[in-house]
Amino acid sequence: MSAHAERLNAVWYQGASLGLVAVSITVALAAAYTASREQVASAIENDTRQTLEQVLPPGYSDNNLLKDVMEIRDASGEAVSVYRARKAGKVRAVLFAQHGNGYSGRIDLIMAVDAEGIVQGVRVTHHTETPGLGDKIEETKNDWIHRFEGKSIASTGAERWAVKKDGGVFDQFAGATITPRAVVRTVKGGLEFFAQHRDQLLDGSQPKGGQ
Amino acid sequence: MSDEAVASAEAVSGPKSSTVIRDGLWDNNVVLGQMLGMCPVMAVTSSATNGLGMGLATMAVLIVSNALIASLRNWVSDTVRIPIFIALIAGLVTLVDICLNAWLHELYKVLGIYIALIVVNCAVLGRAEAFASRNTVALSALDGLMMGLGFTAALVVMGGIREVLGAGTLFANAHVLLGAHFAFLELKLLPESANTLFMILPPGGFLTLGMLIAGRRRIEAWRERVAAESAGCVPGAHAQ
Repeated sequence: MSAHAERLNAVWYQGASLGLVAVSITVALAAAYTASREQVASAIENDTRQTLEQVLPPGYSDNNLLKDVMEIRDASGEAVSVYRARKAGKVRAVLFAQHGNGYSGRIDLIMAVDAEGIVQGVRVTHHTETPGLGDKIEETKNDWIHRFEGKSIASTGAERWAVKKDGGVFDQFAGATITPRAVVRTVKGGLEFFAQHRDQLLDGSQPKGGQ
Repeated sequence: MSDEAVASAEAVSGPKSSTVIRDGLWDNNVVLGQMLGMCPVMAVTSSATNGLGMGLATMAVLIVSNALIASLRNWVSDTVRIPIFIALIAGLVTLVDICLNAWLHELYKVLGIYIALIVVNCAVLGRAEAFASRNTVALSALDGLMMGLGFTAALVVMGGIREVLGAGTLFANAHVLLGAHFAFLELKLLPESANTLFMILPPGGFLTLGMLIAGRRRIEAWRERVAAESAGCVPGAHAQ
């Protein structure tokens, strides 16, 4: 047997080689993680900004949304981050995330409500609904999510803020009612949250650390 | 050259490139021949675009992992090769995941869900064990490329069939994965009333895969018959 083959068969070599591989991979991953941490954080911040800007019509506000944020506890005691969109210092709309339960798990969405309680925009940010059926709530797949724009509970009536199957004004999808129903309800919950905290949300004072 | 001469030549220099290419694309196709990596195959083929994304991501990992393992093959002891291969593959996939997230964030948002799934694709470990651990770096990289292409092709075909029958579209949302230039790929083939939702749901995946495997066997049987007839032999005489 050659020296190399003998070494390959030695227990110390096997243990040491396995250990060496494990250590090298750990070091490589740690290095990659450290090197990319800032990049990832700024990419995620960018994502949040883009999502926030999506739910507002272009040119709607002139402030940095990410800097104008406050935390409010909702009815269930959960902290909700509320971003305020201002034009010339005046709060025009507030943006916040809401979540509800769809057909196969949690649906996260972000919505913008203006000072009059009218929905300016809604986007689903995360869901696990059935592909081809429930995923029509995504803006890239269907324009359904735009139907909320310009509507308020006052304009439809609290009873009629529902899918058509439940006697409301919003379309369901062929073969899928649970998903749009969940989204409609979640948006309604968001509007109720807004109504409850309206004065606090629209209070024009700058956040701590602002100018 | 006699069969024995071919076999001994292979033992020294490994299989020929043409064999590697044919193996990856058809003869030993990951999905239709080896039937490996069924979990990602079922999970992502609800549309051709998803299949393409998963296929390309897996191909990239296959090429790099094959090359890496082939370069280490003379230093890895047989006894501990499996844990070493798994550690290398899992580390590599995590590294790809971290780097994409940081520096190619737009692509990461599209491929994100697939990348973690690659670790559990046993085809990657399968190629490391069956090929890369006993062949040269260049040949192993070629094997990774061809296996990856075969995997991608199978996923795109499967996703395409399911998407056309299930949603009436083909390559929907391709622009999200490939960029705006590829928006022309997005076709609407069937009206919404003709959609068979069943096909996009998990049972449709099993059905499509079964049909594809059966179809491939049909073609193989036909090829064997034609070859036997042209050689003037009795079909089946050369089995084994």
